[in-house]
Amino acid sequence: MEIQFVLNGKKVTADVQPDAVLLDVVRGLGCKSVKCGCETTNCGLCTVWIDGKSSLSCSVLAARVDGHEVTTLEGVEEEAAELGRFLAAEGAEQCGFCSPGFIMNVLAMMRELENPDLDEIKEYLAGNLCRCTGYMSQLRAIQKYMEAKQTEQCMEVPA
Amino acid sequence: MSEKEQTAVNTRKTGTNTESGRCDLTKLRVVNHSVPKVDSGSLVAGKAVYTNDLAPSDCLIVKVLRSPHAHALIRGIDTEKAKAVPGIECVFTYKDCPDKRFTLAGQTYPEPSPYDRLILDQRVRFVGDAVAIVAGTSEEAVKKALKLIKVKYEVLEPVLDFRKALDNPVLVHPEDNWRSLAPVGADNKRNLCAHQESGSGDIEAVLASCDYVIDRVYHTQANQQAMMETFRAYTYADTYGRLNVVSSTQVPFHVRRILANALDIPKSKVRVIKPRIGGGFGAKQTAVCEVYPAFVTWMTGKPAKIIYTREESLIASSPRHEMEMHVRVGADKEGHIRGIDLYTLSNTGAYGEHGPTTVGLSGHKSIPLYGQAEAFRFTYDVVYTNVMSAGAYRGYGATQGIFAVESAVNELAQELGMDPTVLREMNMVREGQIMPAYYGERANSCALDRCLARAKEMIGWEEKYPCRDMGNGKVRGVGVAMAMQGSGIAGVDTGSVAIKVNDDGFYSLMVGATDMGTGCDTILTQMAAECLDCEMSDIVVHGVDTDNSPYDTGSYASSTTYVTGRAVVKTCESLRKKICERGAEYLGCSPEDVEFDGEKVLSLANGESISRKEIGNRVMCSSNEPLSASGAFSSPTSPPPFMAAIAEVEIDKETGEVEMVDYAAVVDCGTVVNPALARIQTEGGIAQGIGMSLFEDVVYSEKGKNYSNSFMQYKIPTRLDVGTIRVEFESSYEPTGPFGAKSIGEIVINTPSPAIANAIQNATGVILRDLPMTAEKVYMEMKKAEQQ
Amino acid sequence: MITIGSYVKPKTLEEAYELNQARSSRVMGGMMWMRLGNARVKTVIDLSGLGLDQIEETDNVIRIGAMCTLRQLEQCECLRELYGDGIRESVRHIVGVQFRNQATVGGSVFGRYGFSDVLTALLSLDTFVELYNGGTIRLSEFVKRKPDKDLLLSVIVRKSKRMFRYDSVRRTKTDFPVIACAVVTGIVNGKETWYFSVGARPMKAALLEKQWEIPLDASEEQITEYAGKAASEFTYGTNMRGSAEYRQHLAEVLLKREIRSILEEKSGTQKVSD
Repeated sequence: MEIQFVLNGKKVTADVQPDAVLLDVVRGLGCKSVKCGCETTNCGLCTVWIDGKSSLSCSVLAARVDGHEVTTLEGVEEEAAELGRFLAAEGAEQCGFCSPGFIMNVLAMMRELENPDLDEIKEYLAGNLCRCTGYMSQLRAIQKYMEAKQTEQCMEVPA
Repeated sequence: MSEKEQTAVNTRKTGTNTESGRCDLTKLRVVNHSVPKVDSGSLVAGKAVYTNDLAPSDCLIVKVLRSPHAHALIRGIDTEKAKAVPGIECVFTYKDCPDKRFTLAGQTYPEPSPYDRLILDQRVRFVGDAVAIVAGTSEEAVKKALKLIKVKYEVLEPVLDFRKALDNPVLVHPEDNWRSLAPVGADNKRNLCAHQESGSGDIEAVLASCDYVIDRVYHTQANQQAMMETFRAYTYADTYGRLNVVSSTQVPFHVRRILANALDIPKSKVRVIKPRIGGGFGAKQTAVCEVYPAFVTWMTGKPAKIIYTREESLIASSPRHEMEMHVRVGADKEGHIRGIDLYTLSNTGAYGEHGPTTVGLSGHKSIPLYGQAEAFRFTYDVVYTNVMSAGAYRGYGATQGIFAVESAVNELAQELGMDPTVLREMNMVREGQIMPAYYGERANSCALDRCLARAKEMIGWEEKYPCRDMGNGKVRGVGVAMAMQGSGIAGVDTGSVAIKVNDDGFYSLMVGATDMGTGCDTILTQMAAECLDCEMSDIVVHGVDTDNSPYDTGSYASSTTYVTGRAVVKTCESLRKKICERGAEYLGCSPEDVEFDGEKVLSLANGESISRKEIGNRVMCSSNEPLSASGAFSSPTSPPPFMAAIAEVEIDKETGEVEMVDYAAVVDCGTVVNPALARIQTEGGIAQGIGMSLFEDVVYSEKGKNYSNSFMQYKIPTRLDVGTIRVEFESSYEPTGPFGAKSIGEIVINTPSPAIANAIQNATGVILRDLPMTAEKVYMEMKKAEQQ
Repeated sequence: MITIGSYVKPKTLEEAYELNQARSSRVMGGMMWMRLGNARVKTVIDLSGLGLDQIEETDNVIRIGAMCTLRQLEQCECLRELYGDGIRESVRHIVGVQFRNQATVGGSVFGRYGFSDVLTALLSLDTFVELYNGGTIRLSEFVKRKPDKDLLLSVIVRKSKRMFRYDSVRRTKTDFPVIACAVVTGIVNGKETWYFSVGARPMKAALLEKQWEIPLDASEEQITEYAGKAASEFTYGTNMRGSAEYRQHLAEVLLKREIRSILEEKSGTQKVSD
């Protein structure tokens, strides 16, 4: 069946099987940042946004995004690179395989929560597994990123 | 410049340790600094750098039909209907595969692991063992074909209890062409994969004369590495008719041999390429999946790809060996540990990958922690059973042995009425001591005493030991453990490195060590930049290609920093010499009269100089010798890193739930090459260790079906489960290591299980000797204690 | 994994209902669990175009559309005002935010899963389900029925002055529960009534109703006795996550804590009103 949706700001048309999942479709459309880690909704590697909400693309029928907006890491490149620099400074990407899904959910969190505290951050990101880092470095990176963001905003406030 | 000064400069430049002493860490520009990984930009940008991102779209999709039985003989197999499915290229059964056994273990030849595998075998040995290979143009077609293969099994009785495997009438490997290449004490007619005894002193006499003897049995479960990227590889035939394999592997050079053995073809026909890897932790030190697409490509000439599902990665992979360890620790009444006796029974499962070697570490990397013992004995058996084959997982047997020995020492402290840290301070191995249970090696670098002292400070041991009742039904306890590991396999592991000077003077650093996310491409570049007095950006490094990269045993056994790092240092030394020679030649003076400062070769005679850029460019024109150097390193010793850690846990006295509160860990990995990356290694290893301690378990049904077949059932810790992990370094200086460095990769997983067990013990009095330490076990033991 | 012949997103409830009458049709919710089965479904019916994704509050009820996500439930202000943090507590441990952005209340309730936190929580409240064909029936009635071909349109929680507590024990923080317990109390037909819902036993949640007058100053022993009595009226089983014996013990502990917490709040409010 044919579906039309907006992928990273561009209208796309795809011919999909009724049981095709979004993960495979967006990878097929070149968004290779989206990874599959478990197939059972537990790992968060396949996180993309559907209409701005973090979703597990392994469990979304592609048919369902017909008429909707899908965003992958490729669609938020600049923002991701900015956060990515903080992750890299801590070494918090390690193998990097879970980084795209993780970054997508961090950016979703930044949009949804205002100044989340440590517990809120941990809870929001609980669905993003990482086997390399033990998570601490990711938290350090996020906190530094948030501080930098805040300083940036403060700077923009006219004196 | 005085000779002494000159030596100091050389030392700084090369990171080697001349007789006059160590390299001056304060002068290091690159090494011992936290720099981001050289590949971090593309990793965080989600670039297409992993195996499946790179696979051509016309690859045949390969899948494996798996056995529903733990032990059976295939009596009939009908593939006609499957072959008839549109899009199916081929279906292979055991009848199509060479009858020549090999091992999937990524180890140096001759491998200690027995040659006990076929690509497909008539006998299937665990639920999930391979029965048939199907390849086709689409995933749907292949899945459909898999369902249409009809197999007639003669179901046999399986051996599922590893305690009953030895000399069981049911044999897992009765076949006559089973082979063991190394003298590891294996006997397939006894279900025995390895056996050995070692020791020093008269252990029985020593234990008999001890005031206290702790005599306990501990059990550690199988654990999955659970790296986020599952096993995967794609294969294609190239212009020269050779088999090219792109694989997510830690051991590309071993994979070359394994595939040549499996397919029964010359090694010259195989090329293995390693792109970025989404984690390995030892899992990918076994060639779990490569043989299937390789066989398809070899037979059909077509490109092929296999991507393991998470389920396959959990039911037919290479998890940690389950072990049962019987420990006896003897001490006098002051607390001097006088003897340690360990018997380990290890479960290698259906095949022997890493069976004969992992078990050795359970004793050799636990007993030497106690330097004063007068005698030790270490005996082991490794047995075959009808569960998934075990393999290499970070820690590689040391993790299991350290749980047992460290727990026994904690029990000894309790018997003695002593603080377990004080008992350790009294007995731990110290710098300069000979370690009889560690092949008689001397601990040339050991800051274990400082590690423990610092860990105690970090956690506030004096205030918190043994426990604090929080007044809300919860009690917090602290517990301690120490650990060691090795740095490469002594006398075996080999790292080779080549560096060439290119136009404009940039360097190509070629390594065969495999970065699996751990950052070895980065830290080896750091070392080279330090040695060559240049910026890291002057050096390019890339993934491994067995056709082009120099030989390296691979990234395992905590070898890369130490072994390949030393090869980098050696190679840089000879390259510097060559650059000087070439510069002198271009300057028209003698090599003795020049020095190289990283940017230029300077004539000390007349002050003229020639830049590295110019040298690089001139080398490309009318040159009779390339400007490059190569070197290799293999170490006669394996200097252990050391670590001390203290866990603080909170236990719900009614439910038995264990909550991680704090984890203070201090590591002595010698000089820390990249503190950020070393810290993440440590934090990550501890988190995995916490998973092993509290949650992770591979559970089988009575018939041998693996229930832990998804991340829904095999629970690795989330960020809500690990508490706070704090890491510091107390560095010794390893005289044989590059810049004084030792390894970091594996030791970091070894402390959580004994430290957490001890924290539970100190909080509740309950001693758990069987992992994982679930809330239910804690509760049941508390209840038992209450009733007594 | 599931195989699907065709995907349909009906424009009307009637169309959805008609389509669902075929034996091999299935209604999809969030597609979280259904996808993992090996079912061959001819037509999968997506209700997401039918406006069932709203939580509406009226004077008497809170109506949760079947296609509302667990995340909506978690963040629902009106439920929080009425019943406190318990509703959020019953949802926030479920896998992760992404999962809860997708999984639906309808899917959780219709599936009648043993491990369901949502079912355990909703069952303890004064809850009804609205069916396309079967009218509006009590949730406690609905869970006992076998899944049929009707459409679940909404879950309706009748507003009342009741106190609600939810707690669970899990191996990892986002795992399925080893046990899940909800306790609700309020005056029903003039009598103090306690509702106990225990799920993940590992069987699906069941409801127990008791006209108990538990004194505000009940001692720990008394509360333990009540909790033990309530817990003993459920059956328990053993699976990978825990034994029957341990589960019953956990139910006793959690119910005890929930009763105590309610009594504490009650005496607190009473003191304030005094």
